[in-house]
Amino acid sequence: MAKMILGLPEEELFCSGHTSCAGCGPALAMRYALKAAGKNTVVVQATGCMEVVSSAYPLSAWKVPWIHGTFENAPAIASGIERAYKSKGKKVNILAIGGDGATFDIGLGALSGMIERGHKVCYICYDNEAYMNTGKQRSSASPLLANTTTTPFGKKIHGKQEPKKPLPFIVAAHGVKYVATASIANPQDFYNKVKKGLAVDGPSFIHVFAPCQFGWKFPTDKTIAITEQAIKSCVAPIYEIENGFLKLNKIENKSKINDYLKMQGRYKHLNKEEISELQQFVDDRWKFLMELETKGKVFDVVQ
Amino acid sequence: MKIILEASQAVAEAVKACNVEVVSIYPITPQTHIVETVADFIDNGEMNAEVIYAESEHSMFSAAAGASAAGARSFTASSSQGLALGFEILGMISGMRLPVVAAVANRALSSPINIWNDHSDTMSIKDAGWIQLYVESAQEAFDTTVQAFKIAEETLIPVMVCLDGFTLSHVTEPLELENVSSFVGKYKGKYILDPKKPLLMGPVATPASYMEIKEVQQKDMLDSKKVVKKIHEEYKKKYKRGYGDGLIEIYNLKGKKKALILMGSAVGTARVVSDEEKDFGVIKLKCFRPFPEEELKKICKDIEEIAVIDRSLSFGQDSAVYTEVKKCLPDKKISSFIGGLGGRDITKKTIKDAVKQIGKGGQIWLK
Amino acid sequence: MKKVKIAGIVDEPGSTVKNKTGGWRTKKPVRDVKKCIKCMKCWLFCPDICIDENIITDYDYCKGCGICAEVCPVKCIKMEDEEK
Repeated sequence: MAKMILGLPEEELFCSGHTSCAGCGPALAMRYALKAAGKNTVVVQATGCMEVVSSAYPLSAWKVPWIHGTFENAPAIASGIERAYKSKGKKVNILAIGGDGATFDIGLGALSGMIERGHKVCYICYDNEAYMNTGKQRSSASPLLANTTTTPFGKKIHGKQEPKKPLPFIVAAHGVKYVATASIANPQDFYNKVKKGLAVDGPSFIHVFAPCQFGWKFPTDKTIAITEQAIKSCVAPIYEIENGFLKLNKIENKSKINDYLKMQGRYKHLNKEEISELQQFVDDRWKFLMELETKGKVFDVVQ
Repeated sequence: MKIILEASQAVAEAVKACNVEVVSIYPITPQTHIVETVADFIDNGEMNAEVIYAESEHSMFSAAAGASAAGARSFTASSSQGLALGFEILGMISGMRLPVVAAVANRALSSPINIWNDHSDTMSIKDAGWIQLYVESAQEAFDTTVQAFKIAEETLIPVMVCLDGFTLSHVTEPLELENVSSFVGKYKGKYILDPKKPLLMGPVATPASYMEIKEVQQKDMLDSKKVVKKIHEEYKKKYKRGYGDGLIEIYNLKGKKKALILMGSAVGTARVVSDEEKDFGVIKLKCFRPFPEEELKKICKDIEEIAVIDRSLSFGQDSAVYTEVKKCLPDKKISSFIGGLGGRDITKKTIKDAVKQIGKGGQIWLK
Repeated sequence: MKKVKIAGIVDEPGSTVKNKTGGWRTKKPVRDVKKCIKCMKCWLFCPDICIDENIITDYDYCKGCGICAEVCPVKCIKMEDEEK
């Protein structure tokens, strides 16, 4: 019987000595995901922060078999591994892991293909809301009005003008059995969701909110605090879409969005109107989710 | 067992005969008959393989790589734009030393779009680190595909079997299918993704180590020539059928001073013309990567004049086959001919015109 | 020629432990063991997996991010300047 601490196995399959920044949110996501998957796992990793910091030859931060191919093909490589294991009649947990850049943008096609084909793979997207590894360029997961190096808050254009792509819903619309959002502030919840995903006889998708102190510009010790604030301000809604039904984690005593925005440098330049705009935006998204939850089965499950 | 099949079907038969475990599929003319035939085998229960119906060639090659990395014998096929789209993954596969076998039905590259036969697709990726073998007939397509699995698994270098699109892939010829199960055996990967022995594949290699890793890859690629020959010999011994030494095949060369060098199914036409004209021999390059420099030098010892027909272009420079032959034989009189691009047939006249114009300089286009 | 593994394969799982990232930090967490209530939150939230089941910080790897001090419910961890 594995030794447990706070509901998670004590054993670490993601090791110290990795070269992430101090206070890295995604590194925590890796740690918890591996605890959920356990030793009988193959990890397929997309190019990105977590790949780079954990796999500099000749060292490995991973205590499970691990493969990195290219930026956009983790779901495709995972598909091949899944079929190989199937052809040999062997069982293994397969985690395909990518950042928001790899998942929302360049790898979306491969992700869609993997999901449509029904491979038994749990895809985990760690979302730090930009291409952080290459120096915080905008991805389609970057939020509205965020300052990134390719959507700088300039004199004429104030940061990213497009809203965050609603990827979990795109995945759910493929008709999968299990999609969930989670955060590193509630490791037990994320852990349970990964376990749930791995138990699905088919593809599953977990979107884990994992702040980046380097890209968002906040002190290295505030990673968990800012995640908690994102949840309290309804910026990072935590929900499950299980068998087509949405189940949203309700927030008691919601915070104003500025409580979240003021914690980080990437929103430093916003004026009052822009903060109001963001407040309205978050309120509209939250209202939509609350209403959607009341409608029963909102996604047809075809898998 | 003697049978008549399209060369594409012959490739599929080889895939079945080798008990391939995972097949990765995406359609593109003119390779599609290969994967359709394989799909028939699988859905009819004649072949016990898992399939990935990829949503693009980029994912198709990636899935084949994943399957191979997990220890399964894997196969895929493509042409032209599909090969081009998968280019990123070709280097990934060869760099990761995965023994994937891919058949390519040679087709011209866009733009303009052209679905017909030339060698621009596989020539454009000659530097990607794959062993490249070009075949002339449906029989050779079967034999070479079988050998490809053994070569790949022994060298840990992916192998590309190249057959001319339409002009070979869609041509029905008689051939012998062989029972090759014991010849190829089972794939027992040395480095595979297995929780019992966790490995990390595809690391970041900084300037401190990238060159050494590539140096090993280059050395192994050059050494793979011996393995290509060896496995060709083993197959020849067992099934009584071979193609030169597995790298180069010659025809009517003895006593000749003139030779024609070319690749693929057009060699068949060259043989006919060589029989008729009697003044030149044919040198068929079967193995283009690794380039058989030593063997070509030996074969051409007494040859004085050579015509090289390239079926691809290197814009702004001489084409690949000519350039590499010239480098290998600097003292011979060698002329460069461009023929058979975008499906323009290489006819008996094309061959005669090439041999007739040996000695001419520049890049001569035979249209 | 420097010896490298084929394809750069790494066959030592978890070998990043050879890379002591502790040299990075400018601040160091110091725990008042008497005040510690053994809630294990610091263990839970350390991105560098520096805290073990006995709630002892491994300074070989600690990057000094301060998350442990921040999440501690009784504030028994103080971030002090790393002596150079």
